[in-house]
Amino acid sequence: MVNSGDSQHLVVIGGGMVAQRLVEALRARDDAGRYHVTVFAEEPRAPYDRVGLTRWFAEGPEGIALGDASLWADPHVTLHTDRKIESIDREAKTVTDRLGNVHPYDELVLATGSSAAMPPIPGNDLPGVFVYRTIDDVAALRGWVEEKRRSYPAGKPVRGAVIGGGLLGLEAAGALTALDAQATVIEFGTHLMGVQVDLGGGQALKRLINGKGIGVRAETATSQMRPHKRTGHVGRLDFADGGRLDVDVVVVATGVRPRDELARAAGLPIGERGGAVVDLSCRTEDPNIWAVGEVACIEGRCIGLVAPGNTMAEVVVDRLLGGLAEFPGADTATKLKLSGVDVASFGDAHARTEDAVEVVWADPVAGVYKKLVLSDDARTLLGGVFVGDAGPYASLRPMLGAELPGDDPSAFLLPEGGGGAPNLELPDDANVCSCNSVSAGTIRGAVTEHECTDVPGVKACTRAGTTCGACLPLVKKLVDTELERAGIEVSTALCEHFDMSRAQLFDAVRVADLHSFSDIVGRFGRETVAADGGGVAKGRGCDICKPVVASILASLGNGHILAGEQSTLQDTNDHMLANLQKDGTYSVVPRMPGGEVTPERLIVVGQVAKDFGLYTKITGGQRIDMFGARVEQLPEIWRRLVDAGFESGHAYGKSLRTVKSCVGSTWCRYGVQDSVGMAVELELRYRGLRSPHKLKMGVSGCARECAEARGKDVGVIATDKGWNIYVGGNGGQTPRHAKLLAEDLTSEELLRTIDRFLMYYVRTADRLQRTAPWIEEVDGGLDGVREVIMEDSLGICADLDAAMARHVENYEDEWKAVLEDPEKLRRFSSFVNAPKDADPSLAYVEERGQRRPATTEERASGVVIAGPKLEVRA
Amino acid sequence: MTVNDVSEAQVIEVTTASDNSEVGRWERACLLTDLFPERGAAALFGDVQVALFRLPDDPAYAAHGGQVYAVQNLDPFSAANVMSRGIVGTRGGEPTVAAPVYKQVFSLVTGKCLATADKAPKDDLPPDLTTYPVKIRDGVIHVNLP
Repeated sequence: MVNSGDSQHLVVIGGGMVAQRLVEALRARDDAGRYHVTVFAEEPRAPYDRVGLTRWFAEGPEGIALGDASLWADPHVTLHTDRKIESIDREAKTVTDRLGNVHPYDELVLATGSSAAMPPIPGNDLPGVFVYRTIDDVAALRGWVEEKRRSYPAGKPVRGAVIGGGLLGLEAAGALTALDAQATVIEFGTHLMGVQVDLGGGQALKRLINGKGIGVRAETATSQMRPHKRTGHVGRLDFADGGRLDVDVVVVATGVRPRDELARAAGLPIGERGGAVVDLSCRTEDPNIWAVGEVACIEGRCIGLVAPGNTMAEVVVDRLLGGLAEFPGADTATKLKLSGVDVASFGDAHARTEDAVEVVWADPVAGVYKKLVLSDDARTLLGGVFVGDAGPYASLRPMLGAELPGDDPSAFLLPEGGGGAPNLELPDDANVCSCNSVSAGTIRGAVTEHECTDVPGVKACTRAGTTCGACLPLVKKLVDTELERAGIEVSTALCEHFDMSRAQLFDAVRVADLHSFSDIVGRFGRETVAADGGGVAKGRGCDICKPVVASILASLGNGHILAGEQSTLQDTNDHMLANLQKDGTYSVVPRMPGGEVTPERLIVVGQVAKDFGLYTKITGGQRIDMFGARVEQLPEIWRRLVDAGFESGHAYGKSLRTVKSCVGSTWCRYGVQDSVGMAVELELRYRGLRSPHKLKMGVSGCARECAEARGKDVGVIATDKGWNIYVGGNGGQTPRHAKLLAEDLTSEELLRTIDRFLMYYVRTADRLQRTAPWIEEVDGGLDGVREVIMEDSLGICADLDAAMARHVENYEDEWKAVLEDPEKLRRFSSFVNAPKDADPSLAYVEERGQRRPATTEERASGVVIAGPKLEVRA
Repeated sequence: MTVNDVSEAQVIEVTTASDNSEVGRWERACLLTDLFPERGAAALFGDVQVALFRLPDDPAYAAHGGQVYAVQNLDPFSAANVMSRGIVGTRGGEPTVAAPVYKQVFSLVTGKCLATADKAPKDDLPPDLTTYPVKIRDGVIHVNLP
């Protein structure tokens, strides 16, 4: 803990999302280190994304991680988890934690949030009745559902009910569905999400939610929860209208109540419906005590949304640092996606403004309902509701209170491409990212003043779109417009020879049916003036575009990569079918599908390595790499490997590398599927597939995930019903966890899904773009990819399937083909005038029983143990 | 036709000898047909390694088309003898080779390093490549060594 003499101590009570925002904002602005901040969290963990709690099921803690974890390692920040504060002593300016430790403060912020309210329904304390607020709640709910399922005969569903049809209730219903339980939502009011959405929207929402297999009972009061006779667990709900519903689990989501007990005990003023009363600076009656988020009663009410809470956190930080910021009023705009259903609302969604005009566009068949609320002259935007298609939300919400351009506001509600809505020019002060309060002007400034040239840059610079991401389409539009305005061309040109991006070139080559670099550069290349003034010509490519074209030709099936002119396009790795090392020698990796290898073949690998003096190492992909092979040795090495039944491992290619696997159900006590068998099948199916970047896969035989499949571009994890597929993971410099694409697929469905995922990636990704950033750039992100390859939204699936079928059919072992072709073998000469002579400059020293290249110093000092001709039994 | 079909007849007698080319000694390297167009090959003369490149007779190479160029095989940025394994191409009309290790780009004609790829040469080697005069007589490539 850094505590210089004049630094003040800021104590934050509560470890939720708003507390995190407050610490982030303080650390971003308090350059001089005026404050040391200590956060006391009641939960045993750092702040997480409570709004995304449902993601925890599919993605685990990682899925709901919040911000940069290094925040808590900052020397100016201390985080105490599992450390509830029991009391505040305003006189002494101290707080006392649950262990009895007393902590002094200079400034104190209450960020205790809310607790889930439990309505006084008889039976609400029965086992099996849950609330939905914290990770612990969600974990307990999952445990309960799984326990119930185990106690039932196979196939009997676990029946769940959610009391409360608001935002939280629908989240909870989604969670039950994710747990494979039935879900019925019980709503007391007339329709779902009554706070945010009007009746028409609520009805559209009900149809969509029903379509997801979730039941809805509106206008229903629950009068009692009854225990099951035998188990004593909750077993039935009785309704006031005489109806009843058998249940195994109940989630109560009827609202939240501010956690204001500390404020009450400390004698601070409390609002009529609870919450610590604060002024617009978020300060309580006590000049050194502030309140932010759901516990703050501001402008007479508590607000249960994260965006206004974040704004309060920013206000307090500004005040602590001597600023005069005031809470600008709550932006209660909401946008969420529940089991794939888009719902959004903002402003005066219920048209309560006097003489307000409502413009509605509804398509009950498609389950779409869109409404704008306008002033009486039908010009000024007062609010909106979107169900089933939240497309217009991102661009309309920032226009709240402004006049809409054009004559016909309904144009904004028509389906995309159907109406030609006027382009919205947002005012600079329009709030684009409500989670982080980033205005259109700030985003424009990131481009014009901070030289950001893309969305990731602007995200990093302004924090726009880093929380819920709903505003990203708008951010992208603003960035693109601003770049265009600044005359900054966003070039996707590959290099000086091609104006196209890799994806564009791929399509062009495919459609034009071209098969050689000469034809491709002749048709699509850019004309340049020769340096010697020799006239205008197309150029002959370079080390950027030639390997790209080589990869495109290979992906489209153009025979052996060393055939004819194609051989001139290959980077040295592909040209020598081996991996270049720092001293100019190569490493050799035979394929061992799924990491499986027989003892006989393992012995061959060992013997080859021994005979050629190769350094051996096990790779991360469960195979063996042999280093130090010279160009002229490669064919001899491979002849022995091929004779033993090995084939190229494509370790040298931008192509499928390995499919890593755990041992799976054939040996493992816990495995539920044959992961090695599946890994072998996948590796043999996709071997040799050329792609924009290297590709790795993994298959785990159970949820313990020993194959680390979620660190791969395609990860497959066995379930007791089939396979879950995750996509977009990688290690390396920017590690990424793969995200869930689909669940419980059969083996056949799994192959088809991977076929399409890979082919779509191969066709549309940029040069050297791995799957994770590619998925981010696909329209709609992971959901967009899912729509394309699982719902065939672009109508290209048949084409993708056919392309993969061709790949599988035309596969040949590249090394075997080389060994059978004297013309190709001729490339593997050390010197054109001495084809079998070793490079005389090579030098090695021994280390840990093997040889490695000598360093410059070792060469100079003469400790080199062997030159290149350390020979070898051939 | 692709540019691989360069006929030998087009390049029977070509030299890129500069004015002082008669100073050193001429060494026989290989047959012209031993070289794949637009793909290098290394040649060994005692301890000296030379990278040879045969350019196809393509308009993109203008006057350099159909010629053979020789540069040092030592890559200054990795200190490995690998220049012959680089990708051949053009940069603003200049014939080039890219080092296969860290992708620096060099002129095949002058040996000058045109792009350092944000790296410095290894072991204080000069960044530019030494070039060697070449002449082709009766389909045989000869290199002039100092």
